[in-house]
Amino acid sequence: MKRITQTTLLLAGLGAIAIASGCKAGKTGQAATDEDAAKKVYVAPGKHDELYMFASGGFSGQIAAYGIPSGRLLKVIPVFSQNPENGYGYSEETKPMLNTSHGFVPWDDTHHPEFSKTNGEDDGRWLFINGNNTPRIARLNLATFKTEEILELPNVAGNHASPFCTENTEYIVGNTRFSVPLDGDKDVSIGDFKKKFKGAATFIKVDKNTGRMNIAFQLIVPGFNYDLAHAGKGPSHDWIFFTCYNTEQANTLLEVNASQRDKDFIMAVNWKKAEELVAQGKGHKAPAKYAHNLYNERTHSATSTMENDVTMLDVKDYPGLIYYIPCPKSPHGVDVEPNGEYFVASGKLAAVIPVFSFKKMLGAIDQKQFEGDFDGIPVLKYNTVLEGEVQKPGLGPLHTEFDGKGYAYTSMFVSSEIVKWKVDTREIIDRIPTYYSIGHLSVPGGDSRHPYGKYVIALNKITKDRYLPTGPELTQSAQLIDITGNKMKLLLDFPTIGEPHYAQTIPAEKIEKNSVKFFKLEENDNPYAAKSEKEARVVRKGNRVDVYMTAIRSHLAPDNIEGINQGDDVYVHVTNLEQDWDVPHGFAIKGSNNSELLIMPGETATLKWTPDRTGIFPFYCTDFCSALHQEMSGYFRVSPKGSNVPLTFHLGENLAAR
Amino acid sequence: MAACGPSNGGDKQATESAPAANAENSSAASSADVDPAAKSDSKGVGKFTSVEIGTIDNAMADKGKGVFTAKCSACHQITDQKVVGPGLKGVTKRRTPEWIMNQITNPVEMEQKDPVGKALLAKYLTQMSFQNVSDDETRQILEYLRKNDQ
Repeated sequence: MKRITQTTLLLAGLGAIAIASGCKAGKTGQAATDEDAAKKVYVAPGKHDELYMFASGGFSGQIAAYGIPSGRLLKVIPVFSQNPENGYGYSEETKPMLNTSHGFVPWDDTHHPEFSKTNGEDDGRWLFINGNNTPRIARLNLATFKTEEILELPNVAGNHASPFCTENTEYIVGNTRFSVPLDGDKDVSIGDFKKKFKGAATFIKVDKNTGRMNIAFQLIVPGFNYDLAHAGKGPSHDWIFFTCYNTEQANTLLEVNASQRDKDFIMAVNWKKAEELVAQGKGHKAPAKYAHNLYNERTHSATSTMENDVTMLDVKDYPGLIYYIPCPKSPHGVDVEPNGEYFVASGKLAAVIPVFSFKKMLGAIDQKQFEGDFDGIPVLKYNTVLEGEVQKPGLGPLHTEFDGKGYAYTSMFVSSEIVKWKVDTREIIDRIPTYYSIGHLSVPGGDSRHPYGKYVIALNKITKDRYLPTGPELTQSAQLIDITGNKMKLLLDFPTIGEPHYAQTIPAEKIEKNSVKFFKLEENDNPYAAKSEKEARVVRKGNRVDVYMTAIRSHLAPDNIEGINQGDDVYVHVTNLEQDWDVPHGFAIKGSNNSELLIMPGETATLKWTPDRTGIFPFYCTDFCSALHQEMSGYFRVSPKGSNVPLTFHLGENLAAR
Repeated sequence: MAACGPSNGGDKQATESAPAANAENSSAASSADVDPAAKSDSKGVGKFTSVEIGTIDNAMADKGKGVFTAKCSACHQITDQKVVGPGLKGVTKRRTPEWIMNQITNPVEMEQKDPVGKALLAKYLTQMSFQNVSDDETRQILEYLRKNDQ
């Protein structure tokens, strides 16, 4: 939760109440908790929402999909954390998704969902999200709502400035929030921070047909804390901007020591130029160990490959690749308006919001308007790039999104509010309190070339008194705000899973038309699939037993299995034979030190089970599937090790040969 | 909606559920007088209104057997034994070709609207699902069932 202590947070929250009740600003923010607001968020039973919102689950490691404007939770999609609810990270097929160079890591901290983009617009194909703790980027397929790929980032720690994409998803990026020595440099004194700790701005190429990710190159940059990023669009297409704080390069008590300077930097990167340099064979291959995990929709299985090297460019060696722009103070978000001309940085300890001009930046570079350099990298003069400042916006600006009608919306963490201002004049139009301590905000399409607008969603860190209490740990929440009028209007509070750092919101029509209803059995290439009951069988090889099982309403085949021994490694491969929408089957075994499986129609999933004792072990379908769901069960008989009970299996007395 | 016969308070139930003509809970009551085992001339509800059949096409029946084994056999035997759904021995004598092909491709609507379909749901209590078979495959299954009834 940023660098702000518990006490500060508490004060921040109290401050918000004071603002809300005390000043003029609060008045405009009065909740429209009236019939008008109720009508605007009412989605009649059986009707669909207008938009999907995908919010990060923060420390839950997952993503959640909500319907907007109702705020209804539609699905939690497992990404970086094991999910016993459906077996993700537990089944043999999905365990490789969570493999890393450190081995199996069952959890991470998700922050920033990012839609893939075509011509600068959200295209509804994929959703990327960063894992902050053990640096990774995941790609979700929005046709299946499944995590399809996870790529680890070497030389990075705290992958926070991630995974923002360029205008046509040519690249998505990662960068380090906790600078570390490069992976080759292992045992280094922490006191050598300034000399040895580096940032690694990582550019990941995305295949435009398959979405597959590969690290194209890493730019080795000074050891700051790189916080967020956004790519240019239109005229600024070739550039991407990163914010950095801790340009003091402190390595202890950052709360104080990383807040000394009045200005830190925005790092402007000419990614097109970097791409050209790499194409010319510039840079060098450095050894690196990182996992690349891919889920295959036809085998319903993931593979994990360990990569061995990465291409690096040390930016000191390539003048013109990056420039630093001074930015007040400890900048957090950097956001590019829809036309691609202005970019806005939010210094979380700053008293103003600077708006920079891309045209002016190019001019300043052209005329070498440098105030100096940092480690050989030119630092542009603040005033030569600045278009203007939003004066007295509030306290603790963090992030800005746009409505496509010339207005910007900036979240203010410390004063707990959203400020609406006009992009070209930087005049403040309105402000509305949030409850409490807003982090990111989300306007549908708000970081794209053509925002959908209509709403801004506040993503809050603290709820305190807003909901029924649930012991010491309270829900976090989002707030839906109508931005169709001149004044913003609060419509709805709704709880979220984990911490909703950031969310992206997209018109439902871009997603729902592609939604997969089931997987075709004839396309199931899982080597352990049993595609009809005829193929159901049990095979022993040494102490490994493979059970090829089928599931269809309302029986599992085979359902009586004998001849298993204590200590055997039993792999139960369950294929769901249904070929219709919304008919998953579940599978669980008594005493198994594992989760359940939830198997979608046409899919095969495998549960590994090592029986720890002899006896009879029931198994059953856990997902209510039909009137005879409770009957959808069976028995394993487990005999002592070395027993001569023959391996037999059947379903029904007359059906053994089916 | 016809008044129903034997069930307790059947008249009242039928009256109350009448407005929701295609609601699932009304189907059992209204179809209680249809014997699902009896022969029916219904063509059912769905896209097949006229199916031409001739002498058994063995090649087509063989293809049908493959599709049936993969997608139907978990619930249906080709004997008269019930599993999840009814055993299918004699089905081509009891039902029209159109009804069979509509039931395979449009089972949900069939079991909501067709009197025989409703009676079958009431008896077997498991909604049959569409198993993603093409129209050609459906015709092949029909041929396989016809051959089975020879």
